[in-house]
Amino acid sequence: MAEEMKVIYERPKSWANKVTHYCPGCTHGVAHRLIAELVDEMDLIDKTIAVWPVGCAVFGYEYFNFDSVEAAHGRAPAMATGIKVTNPDDFVFTYQGDGDIASIGMAEVVHAAARGWPITVIFINNGNYGMTGGQMAPTTLLGQKTTTTPMGRAPQLNGYPIRLPEMLAQLDGPAYIARVSLDSPVNIRKAKASMRKAFNAQIRGIGFSLVECLSTCPTNWQLTPVESMERIRKEVMAYYPLGEFKVAEGVL
Amino acid sequence: MSEKVLMKGAEALAEGAIRAGCRFYFGYPITPQNETPEYMSRRLAEVGGRFVQAESEVASINMVYGAACAGVRVMTSSSSPGISLMQEGISYISGSGVPCVVMNAMRGGPGLGNVAPAQADYLQAVKGGGNGDYKRIVLAPASIQEGVDLFVDAFDLADKYRMVVMVIVDGLIGQMMEPVEFKTTVDVASLKKPDWATTGRHGRDHANIISSLMMDTATLEKWNLELQAKYAQVTETETRIEEYEMADAEYAIVAYGTMARIAKTTVRTARAKGVKLGLLRPITVWPFPTKQLQKYVGQIKGALTVELAYRQLFEDVELALCGKVPLGWYGRGGGVVPGPQEILAAFEEQFGKGR
Repeated sequence: MAEEMKVIYERPKSWANKVTHYCPGCTHGVAHRLIAELVDEMDLIDKTIAVWPVGCAVFGYEYFNFDSVEAAHGRAPAMATGIKVTNPDDFVFTYQGDGDIASIGMAEVVHAAARGWPITVIFINNGNYGMTGGQMAPTTLLGQKTTTTPMGRAPQLNGYPIRLPEMLAQLDGPAYIARVSLDSPVNIRKAKASMRKAFNAQIRGIGFSLVECLSTCPTNWQLTPVESMERIRKEVMAYYPLGEFKVAEGVL
Repeated sequence: MSEKVLMKGAEALAEGAIRAGCRFYFGYPITPQNETPEYMSRRLAEVGGRFVQAESEVASINMVYGAACAGVRVMTSSSSPGISLMQEGISYISGSGVPCVVMNAMRGGPGLGNVAPAQADYLQAVKGGGNGDYKRIVLAPASIQEGVDLFVDAFDLADKYRMVVMVIVDGLIGQMMEPVEFKTTVDVASLKKPDWATTGRHGRDHANIISSLMMDTATLEKWNLELQAKYAQVTETETRIEEYEMADAEYAIVAYGTMARIAKTTVRTARAKGVKLGLLRPITVWPFPTKQLQKYVGQIKGALTVELAYRQLFEDVELALCGKVPLGWYGRGGGVVPGPQEILAAFEEQFGKGR
């Protein structure tokens, strides 16, 4: 009988089998899981070097069985550039939150995208600075209350949210730019497919790739996990449309 | 076999770094050191290395950080305002314990200042600059030749101690031309890949992680104590100084880099007038040659610190000699470089005629 048993679900080999520090209902765990599955499926564990951000994913390197470095706030794309130039045949990705990538690290990601070198960015957009307690991020929606926009984000005072993929898609350097959502099983499957394309854009040497993942922050949003998923579908997607903004020839 | 070639300082130092095994350079334009990245951009390609022009000094130093994590010989160079921008990265690199070399061609400050020679980044270089308790080894050559020679030591020391090594020069050394000889060429293939490097596992049975983050207080304190022990060892074994005309000296000038070179002429002029003046020239300004200075307590009747800054080097001389030797100071700022006669005049003003 035993030989008829088929494994249909298991822990990825690149996952370090640790309990994460993420809050209940946070989608960092989902994004981590997708990365681990893809690293396994694409046989990348031996050639992966991950660059972790400052923010909630600051301990990301604890959770994977591949090489990792921990960057200064926003500097992950620069650090990844330094690693890629020394290790051009290895797989280098950064994992960054919205404050890290679209505020303090905007210059680094724009120029990494403009250089177009094959590195991959996984960008987690949960609309606030989660680690520091829920302050306004560059991605915070208009009207959204945070600890530094207690009356809600007002454009005349706080400016407008930034749609990073749409900005970067204007450049010639990127090979693949997309926005996905981690709110539901169907969207998680789509997210994985997008991440696979982003990984492939690097592995095939085509160019820079970035996938923005619409994510939850139940703790700072002060919503339940289920309400947080609903908020992504009702409010967040209305401002941040899902889709592929750049797909260079050869990306699949 | 090597022969003397006439080269501009900023280019000779770049070639010195390449001879020392540097194969990766990341930088951003700033005067007065642009010839260094320009030279690197054409020469590194010839020796199988890579040059990257970054979008800022902030990005440069973090690219250096990434490459340093891969265990290669990597450097950047800049000038004062750019070095200020790199302090964050230098702190992270120091906190992670990975090696690299940073060159600062110091210019007049504060702020944008000007592009003339200065030594006003001394305290930033030797005392701190970025956050946290860390040190760099800081080498201060006084000539192009010495700079070229020191680059080999810079990379060796960086690798040996897994530290940031800073080479501080100024616009004078960077912009003048001198005959220079490249005595050493490091065989890059012979350099061992360190076992801690994040180069992908490639069969290694564990993942390598490089981080400066340690949330547990006991863990971070332990790491700080390890760093302090390393710095103590560096202080014990790597301190360097040139002692010029000190055997019978009754007075000493303390100066480094360009100022020391000019002060040597002052020493010769004073000696021609019968004044037994010598020169103490720190080659490592961190670790500072405190003990080597204190050797002259009881011998010298006074020490004049001379620098292109306002009482920065003087602080270290004061820590070494205060209360034991009468101290004097002479410095200029804003990119003004005094000549040997002005230094002699300052000496005579503060210590009489030295007789």
